[in-house]
Formats: sequence, structure tokens, C-alpha cells
Amino acid sequence: MSTSSVLYDHPGPRAKVRNAVLSVIFGVALLGLLYWIYTRFDEANQWESWLWEPFTRSTTWTQFILPGLWATLKAAGVGMVLSLAFGIIFAFGRLSDRLWISVPAGAVVEFFRAVPLLLMIFFIFYGVPFLIQGPVTAFWAVVIGLTLYNGSVLAEAFRAGIRAVPGGQSEAAYAVGMRKNQVMRLILLPQAARAMLPIIVSQLVVLLKDTALGYIVAYPELLQRGVNDLAANYGNIIPAAMVIAVIYIVINSLLTWFAGWLDRRTGIRSFRMPRQTGPVAPANAAPGGDGTVAEPQG
Amino acid sequence: MHVFTDPDNFDAYVSGFLWILKLTGASAVCALVIGVLLAAMRVSPVPVLRGFGAAWVNVFRNTPLTLVIFFCYFGLFATLGLSLSQDLDLNIYWLGVIGLSVYTAAFVCEAVRSGINTVPTGQAEAARAIGLSFAQTLRIVVLPQAARSVIAPLGSILIALCKNATIVGTIGLLESSNIMKDLINSNGDAVIPIFLVFAGTFAALLIPTGYFFGWLANRLAVKR
Repeated sequence: MSTSSVLYDHPGPRAKVRNAVLSVIFGVALLGLLYWIYTRFDEANQWESWLWEPFTRSTTWTQFILPGLWATLKAAGVGMVLSLAFGIIFAFGRLSDRLWISVPAGAVVEFFRAVPLLLMIFFIFYGVPFLIQGPVTAFWAVVIGLTLYNGSVLAEAFRAGIRAVPGGQSEAAYAVGMRKNQVMRLILLPQAARAMLPIIVSQLVVLLKDTALGYIVAYPELLQRGVNDLAANYGNIIPAAMVIAVIYIVINSLLTWFAGWLDRRTGIRSFRMPRQTGPVAPANAAPGGDGTVAEPQG
Repeated sequence: MHVFTDPDNFDAYVSGFLWILKLTGASAVCALVIGVLLAAMRVSPVPVLRGFGAAWVNVFRNTPLTLVIFFCYFGLFATLGLSLSQDLDLNIYWLGVIGLSVYTAAFVCEAVRSGINTVPTGQAEAARAIGLSFAQTLRIVVLPQAARSVIAPLGSILIALCKNATIVGTIGLLESSNIMKDLINSNGDAVIPIFLVFAGTFAALLIPTGYFFGWLANRLAVKR
């Protein structure tokens, strides 16, 4: 079904009336819900102007929100580059013909996909200093944690993409005398990356959202600066959380929109990844999500 | 391994993972119910419901879970005074379940909606032709078929939910990641064994779950 409208008939006069009535009923119910939320906020005095007034001052933005946003984007940017590199290396490793490469690479990818990011960050931030006898900065704890987790998910995405490239491509490349390394690097990876672009970008959105975990190890990112520190100064935790949520939603929507645009722009390509939920799921798909659906990590 | 032979530490380890399992169980049920309802709203003929479903999905899919959980505690509980239990831990637990459920429901909704899209058009057309209403078409014909194709994505969502449950630790529940942090801080000489035990427990829980859902999805796949 390409459009959901096949689920119901084109509305005739009676259906139109019924839909209008239902619209009104649910609309009123929805407004009632919003009003109820409004009154709850009102009872807790959350609409007082002094709670919202800080957001009209430029110092709020220059001291708290913008530095936080910059730290979030910095961690996300470094994390994206590193996890793409990690993903490509381990996808190649897992597809290697040599068992002593492919088995450890597979184990690493499976392991880091199964470990919660928070556990990784705690280990790097609190545990690794005992091992290296020196401190680990919050920035690197967050970035390395993000890299290991998202890199592993991306490795699975790349692997699924490389395996979905039509066999003729690599056969032709071998036939003109390329080595396996060249076939992978010059023929398979570029096509796979293109086909997997939507999945890669949605995983990068996940990565950007995950930087919020930096709050736990006191990395001064958007949640830490914009909600925690800001509310500590002005006592307006709910307004601050709402404003910061809007900022996150705008950034992530832009990234998602960019992914859609990129996908449409590169519309002409040799093949498409089969949809994971499609009726013809690839028989060789790795079990357990196989990375073709971005995992809803925090 | 001397860390885990101490009964206190071992009990802490067990209780941490019990919290994770309880959070996962309750949130999985709530998220599945809300998610399917949201998916039904998003394909319904009533524009208000479609808008509501779309707004929910866009808001919660693009907000970090840490912020959602943070808001549940500091917003719902500390500021608005929503208290769900007299017991401190249980209160945090239920606040965490709310946060995890509303967040995960957005992903469930999208998975179910894309599952609905895999059901061939003819199925819904035939249902309409014999006079079934929208609700009947969805309930009797389309959703049962869609359910079989969304098993794999729902499996990955469940796995992610189990991992995300650790984030409730950020509002003070002593779940496994907080327990690990405490054990590391008091046993600096056994950092690696501690990490391997905690990470290994997650891996031992989740990797087989992933294979199970992969197997189930293949077994129940609609052969067309």
C-alpha cells in the first residue's frame, strides 16, 4: 500500500458528516487535554512571566544556550566522523575472507551493539582513569562511547549495503583484475554508501540525540548548560526544558529533512536497499535488527 | 572476581538488572499499546487524529530520551507534583516508565505504520468491497497481516528499550549502570572484570533476543 487512503473509501456525504463530527469531538477532547495541561501548569505557577523572561535576554543565550549548543555540535561532529570511520573499518573486517579478522570484528560489533551507551560512558569516564592512571575528559568519554556504539550500528548498515550490491558489480571488477581491497574500496563501498544513505543519516540523528547523555558526566552540552545550569540560575526548569526540547527538535528535523532531500537527489542509482519490513526481506539479513532500522537509542 | 563474591555487591548487581527488566517489561507493554493506537490514528480518515499522531511522533522521535526522562522527574514530579508512589524508588520507577513509554511509542508507531504499508493494496480494497468500515478493515484484515512483518523492527525496538532503561538511572534509580559506577569507584583494582560482567550480562540478554526475533520474523514472514 503506497498510500494509507486505500484503507477507507473516498468519503461520500454521510462519511463526510461523520468525519466532521469525529474531528470536532476529538478536536474538543484535544483542546480539553491541552487546557487541562495549561491549568496544571498554571496551578504550579509555570506561566509567570519571570520564568520566561530570561529567554528574551541576550546573556541567557550567549552564556548558556549557545555554548551548550556548540559543545553538543562539537561532540556530535567528532563522533560522526569517528563512527563513520569505525563503521567502514569494521564492516570491511567482518566481510574479510580471513577468519582471524572477520570473527573478532564480528564479535566487537555485536558486543558494542548490545551494551547500553550509558554503561560505556560510565566505564570510560570512571573506569578507564584507574587503568591509564590519568583523567579522561568528559568530552572524550562521550565521543568514544558514541563512536563505539554508533560505529557498530553503522558497520552493520555498511555490511548490509555491501552485501546488497548486485553480484555482477564485484564479478566485473574481479574480471578486470582488481584485488579484493580495490573491489571493496572502489566498487562496493561507494554504491553501498549511496544506497544506505537514509539509514546512515538517521543513525547520525540518533548520535546527535545521544550527546545529551554527556549531561551525566557533566560535559557542558545543551542539556547541561541550557536546562540544568540555566534553571539553577533562574529557577525555571520547565520553561528551560521546553525551549531546549524545541531546539533539539528543530536541529533533528533539519537533519532528517536533509536526509530526505539527499535521498531524492541521489534518486537515480543502480539498486535500492530492500525495505526491512518489506515482504521480500533478504534471506541473508543478519538477525536482530541488522542495522537497517535506526535503533531508537536515547 | 573477588568483587562479586561479596554478597552485598552481588545483591546490588542482581537488583540493578531486576530494575532494568522491570522497566523494560512495563514500558514495552505501554509503548506497544500507545504505539499501535498512534499508528491507527496516523492512517485514520479523521484529520485531527492524523495530526495528533504525527505531532507525537515528530516531538518524541527528535527529543533526546535523556531530556524526556529529565522532564518526567523535574517537570512532572518535582514541579507539577505528580507523585505516583509513596516509595521513593517506585515513584522514580513509574516516572521512568512514563518517559520510556511515550518515547518508545513514537518508534513503535512508525514501525507499525511501515508494516501497514507492506500489506498489499488488494487486501484493503477487498475488505472495503465487502463493506467493512475503516476500523474493521484495520482490525480484522490489515493489522494482523502487518503484525507479522513488523516483528523484526519491533524486536530491535525492544532491544533498544532495554538498553535505554539504563537512562532512568540519570534521575536516581539504582539500576545496573549506576551500580557499575559505584562498584568501579570502590574497586579501582578490578575495573575491567566489573565492566565485563555488566556489559556481558547485557550482551547475554540482548544478543540471543536479537537472534530470537530474527528467527521469529523469518518463521512468521508472509510468503508472497
